[in-house]
Amino acid sequence: MPVLELHAAAVTVDTTDGERVVLHPTTLRLTERRVAVIGANGSGKSTLARLFNGLVEPTSGRVVVDGLDVAREAGAVRRRVGFCFTDPAAQLVMPTCVEDVELSLRRHERNGAQRRARALEVLERYGLGQHADVSVHALSGGQKQLLALAGVLAAEPAVLVADEPTTLLDLANTRRVGDLLLGLDQQLLLVTHDLDLAARCDRVVVVEDARVRYDGPAEAGVADYVASVAERS
Amino acid sequence: MVAIHQPGDTLLHRLPVGPKLAGLGALSLTIVLVRSAPASLLFLAVALGLALLARVRLPLLLTAARGVLLIALVASLVQGLFYGAGKAVETFVDLLALTLAAVVVTATTPVNAMLDALVRWSGPLRHVGVPPERVALTVGLAVQALPGTVALALETRDAARARGLGRHPRAYLTPFVVRVVARAHETGDALAARGLGDD
Repeated sequence: MPVLELHAAAVTVDTTDGERVVLHPTTLRLTERRVAVIGANGSGKSTLARLFNGLVEPTSGRVVVDGLDVAREAGAVRRRVGFCFTDPAAQLVMPTCVEDVELSLRRHERNGAQRRARALEVLERYGLGQHADVSVHALSGGQKQLLALAGVLAAEPAVLVADEPTTLLDLANTRRVGDLLLGLDQQLLLVTHDLDLAARCDRVVVVEDARVRYDGPAEAGVADYVASVAERS
Repeated sequence: MVAIHQPGDTLLHRLPVGPKLAGLGALSLTIVLVRSAPASLLFLAVALGLALLARVRLPLLLTAARGVLLIALVASLVQGLFYGAGKAVETFVDLLALTLAAVVVTATTPVNAMLDALVRWSGPLRHVGVPPERVALTVGLAVQALPGTVALALETRDAARARGLGRHPRAYLTPFVVRVVARAHETGDALAARGLGDD
């Protein structure tokens, strides 16, 4: 498994009211296959996840993926770390399904015909084979998220970071996408509000007020988060 | 607006992008340069023939024709006022023929094939510091941004209506602009996350 590391990584942003801390200095070493990050809205869990492929840069400290410093070798890290967003609409940039997957494969396959064949294979694998030539706008929310995942996984990253991938989905699609994510060979860093999904991971990190509040076994992590919400209300 | 490409296996589908675009360019130039009403009817017939050859679906042709209809009508009215009825007919039919020819090319060419061609053609630009892949990606994004932006506009208008803010432009223009910019940021993040534009 790849190794994801934070070395006293912190993120602050300048606002009109002065500096706001989005993530206090955090040190973490993630080596498990499936790690869930849970916590309240605005707690900083999304920021924590985005550090690992350089979408957010730490204002201090270091982020290291498999020995590669994210700040210095952003390109190499992004080839290794795939990222899936909550809203697939922002992620799908081509008109039809097969073309969107082909876009991910451009770097791997220069030949147009072979690239299309590989893209069709990928779509087939994620159950979207019959939608290859369908407009990405005509898909249902669940299909869009599956396609976004197919687009990211087509590039065969070693790690997948998913930022609330099931938040916009119905129950059936949540299960489908959840099962797909948890069944991946890749290392998975899953930011989620779905506690059932989090409980099925190997490790849970609970983020509260820009700090890691709990880090350990999944069941206990979910229990800790539920208790923390009860304390506050 | 949304994904005009229509997969198929006709002669026009199999034709490489280069000759197809060159053909469109030549036809367009001829249509614009040859000034006679009977000739423009011939051009319209040619465009229609191409559409038939490519088996472009009728609704697609009608939608595209409807889109240009208003502009064609206004343009030909103005032309008619100054230069007479013959010129008006010519302008109207010419514009229609141009639109149909363009639709045929778009309908028979996948965006990725277009991008590949762009990458090839902008290859020489590499020597002056312009990465061809990025040129192609930019064009692809611009094409795709249109339907997304239309969807955002409709959503924002509905949101303004739902709150009873009615038709005041400020009620939907401000949030619309904010959302378009936010979407642009998200798309940028998504491209960066997919490693596109890194090399």
